[in-house]
Amino acid sequence: MKRALIWLPLGLFGVLFVVIAAGLMRPADTGVHSTLVDKPLPAFELAPMVPGKPGLASSNFGTGKPRLLNVFASWCIPCVAEAPQLMALKARGVPIDAIAIHDKGPAVAAFLRRNGDPYSAIGDDSRSRVQMSLGSSGVPETFLIDGRGRIVRQYIGDIRADQVDQIVRDMAATR
Amino acid sequence: MSLSLALLLAAGTAAPDYGNTQLPDPRAEAQARALMGELRCVVCQGQSIADSDADMAADMRALVRQRIARGESPEAIRHWLIERYGDYVSYDPPLSGATALLWTTPILLLALGAWIARSSFRKRR
Repeated sequence: MKRALIWLPLGLFGVLFVVIAAGLMRPADTGVHSTLVDKPLPAFELAPMVPGKPGLASSNFGTGKPRLLNVFASWCIPCVAEAPQLMALKARGVPIDAIAIHDKGPAVAAFLRRNGDPYSAIGDDSRSRVQMSLGSSGVPETFLIDGRGRIVRQYIGDIRADQVDQIVRDMAATR
Repeated sequence: MSLSLALLLAAGTAAPDYGNTQLPDPRAEAQARALMGELRCVVCQGQSIADSDADMAADMRALVRQRIARGESPEAIRHWLIERYGDYVSYDPPLSGATALLWTTPILLLALGAWIARSSFRKRR
């Protein structure tokens, strides 16, 4: 019994080593995931952000077809990086609506002129109210809402070029 | 109180910026502040919303103050946020399967200490 115990520290060291090594290998996931995925989209209604484009309400969703809901801001640099991917999604027939966080109409209009405008509607969420009700923690984030108005998926951070095909597939797999 | 707040809210832009303005009622403000110390800023993840300078933290403080002023209990507000961001958003984690170890470890360590102390006292005798 006593003899066997002498190996205990080495064994504990081995376990600790494996745990720490595994932690170092795995890239850290620091994203805050919304717990509303698989739950209905919360009700909201937002005023239009730019002239000539409607505001956004939860009733825009759940009309039988899946849609993307993009959370963005004109002051957000990753949103500029994401813009070409959103344009590509729009070109492939994906309907995209947006809410703009902490923003002003002229700034958003300038952003759309510079980076393209993939949105059918943009709601003005100046105090992040709707963003918080979605469980979203930053910009950009994109939610996939199915035809019955349920949140199916949350894409955290800017959508990269290699994610576009996957998102089109996700849309097709969603009703 | 709630009527004046409703009027303020109806005025829209006339509503004070509750992210950085205290509530007029000191008791409500104390309640709001206690809760803000226990909520995690979801942008700057190591800070409470009371400590953080991020815009999002100010928005979360505004949400807490407005709901307290409306008469909501701090626990209801915490629950509303946990529903959206998970237990992660609260610095006061509820007892569950995942947090059971966190809550029981001190008791287990105390028991272990008592056991070691007992056996070593016995040896000395």
